[in-house]
Amino acid sequence: MTEVSVTKDEVPPTGEPLVVLDGVNKHFGALHVLQDINLTIGQGEVVVVIGPSGSGKSTLCRAINRLETIDSGSIALDGKPLPQEGKELARLRADVGMVFQSFNLFAHKTVLENVTLGQIKVRKKDKKAADQYARKLLDRVGVGNQADKYPAQLSGGQQQRVAIARALAMDPKVMLFDEPTSALDPEMINEVLEVMQQLARDGMTMVVVTHEMGFARSAANRVVFMSDGQIVEEQSPEQFFTNPRSDRARDFLSKILHH
Amino acid sequence: MNVLLDHLPEFRDGFVGTLLLTLASAAFALVLGVLLAAFRVSPVPPLRWFGTVWVTLFRNTPLTLLFLVMWFVVPQIFDVGMSPWVKGLMALGLYTSSFVCEAVRSGINTVPFGQAEAARSLGMTFGQTLRMIVLPQATRTVIPPLSSIMIALTKNSAIAGAFSVTELFGVQKLLSDQGFAIAWIFLWVALAYLVITFAISGLFRLLESRLEVAR
Ligand SMILES: Nc1ncnc2c1ncn2[C@@H]1O[C@H](COP(=O)(O)OP(=O)(O)OP(=O)(O)O)[C@@H](O)[C@H]1O
Ligand SMILES: [Mg+2]
Repeated sequence: MTEVSVTKDEVPPTGEPLVVLDGVNKHFGALHVLQDINLTIGQGEVVVVIGPSGSGKSTLCRAINRLETIDSGSIALDGKPLPQEGKELARLRADVGMVFQSFNLFAHKTVLENVTLGQIKVRKKDKKAADQYARKLLDRVGVGNQADKYPAQLSGGQQQRVAIARALAMDPKVMLFDEPTSALDPEMINEVLEVMQQLARDGMTMVVVTHEMGFARSAANRVVFMSDGQIVEEQSPEQFFTNPRSDRARDFLSKILHH
Repeated sequence: MNVLLDHLPEFRDGFVGTLLLTLASAAFALVLGVLLAAFRVSPVPPLRWFGTVWVTLFRNTPLTLLFLVMWFVVPQIFDVGMSPWVKGLMALGLYTSSFVCEAVRSGINTVPFGQAEAARSLGMTFGQTLRMIVLPQATRTVIPPLSSIMIALTKNSAIAGAFSVTELFGVQKLLSDQGFAIAWIFLWVALAYLVITFAISGLFRLLESRLEVAR
């Protein structure tokens, strides 16, 4: 393993620590995808994770809500370590919202049902309260008039906004976004980013894997740059984009800026 | 022709016997098969392992051998005094469950994995995810193979007749032993099976179109 000096804590996490990763390691067979990851995400903070393909960004996100197990180290949410499989874990997952690149809406359920299902089955709300809250959230992400359609009848941008509403319906403590706009046609990217920007302004704690620099600059408190399973650099967006410290970050930025 | 009219009670008993045995073992195999499919996709390795062993064992054993085991080996181990009908039900159900399991599992595999992950990320348990997200979407792909499996089950139930369970095929043996024209007996028995298998495929086709409308 090559030694890298991690440039970090230019910007210390603001607010109380909400998600704390401490010495997290993860392997896929011989591949060391997460290498001694230490990362603290403060309450209300927006952290953008950026890095080349295969650097472990998705795995990092998925480890935070335990869709992926870790080999060593610890991950704590709101002071409590992630539980093992079972009811406890299900409860934790409900507190961590996740938005996927491919939306993953439930294809056999209407938009409204997509947003009420978790509230009813996991949060045990009654149907009426769940419907009401779902409609409010759908309005908030601008797809209120699509409530009775099926996901396949919506555009990609609309589907992703429904997916955001579905995650928000659980009142999560933190929202994870794994390349939420990568599968979208260019003209739909902004409608999703705007919803995310609004969320950030409303104080939601967010971890966002994205290469959208406009979003990172305007919404992120911190940029975390990953490469080969390591956090190579943690900076303010301004610092990172104008004056990256590591060669790997410079190299990466020159590639995504000039194409 | 006369065979049927003169021995209507026997034919009727045989028909009802086949029908009941098929229905009961179908229900048993369905419940067991879905449960085994759940095992095979569960996050718990011992359950997955159990499901795999089960399917391998019962799918690859000749049904007649299972009947023999049910009749001659099982009573030596657990002497619970099962009636021939129950033994037949067990043999047919266990055998068919492995096919149901594989049909359901391949149906499950057609549902995009991301949806199950999204459900889990909402805090739904494995059971909830399977029942509310995966299985409802798998149903449509599972119905055609399930129809074939149930038709095969109907015909397989004839083996029970050879093991002194009252059903259609046994009636054939009974009557031909009494010296009736074998061609006529066969014809009536075959028609009776046809009635049942037609009913099954009709039922499944109805289900299929229902599900299509529901989308
Ligand atoms: N389930 C898995 N089994 C084996 N290897 C995996 C698995 N998931 C991911 N990997 C490997 O782990 C590495 C990191 O994957 P990850 O998806 O976290 O990268 P990423 O940074 O999100 O990349 P991308 O920008 O392409 O989404 C990759 O080399 C990938 O091939
Ligand atoms: Mg990824």
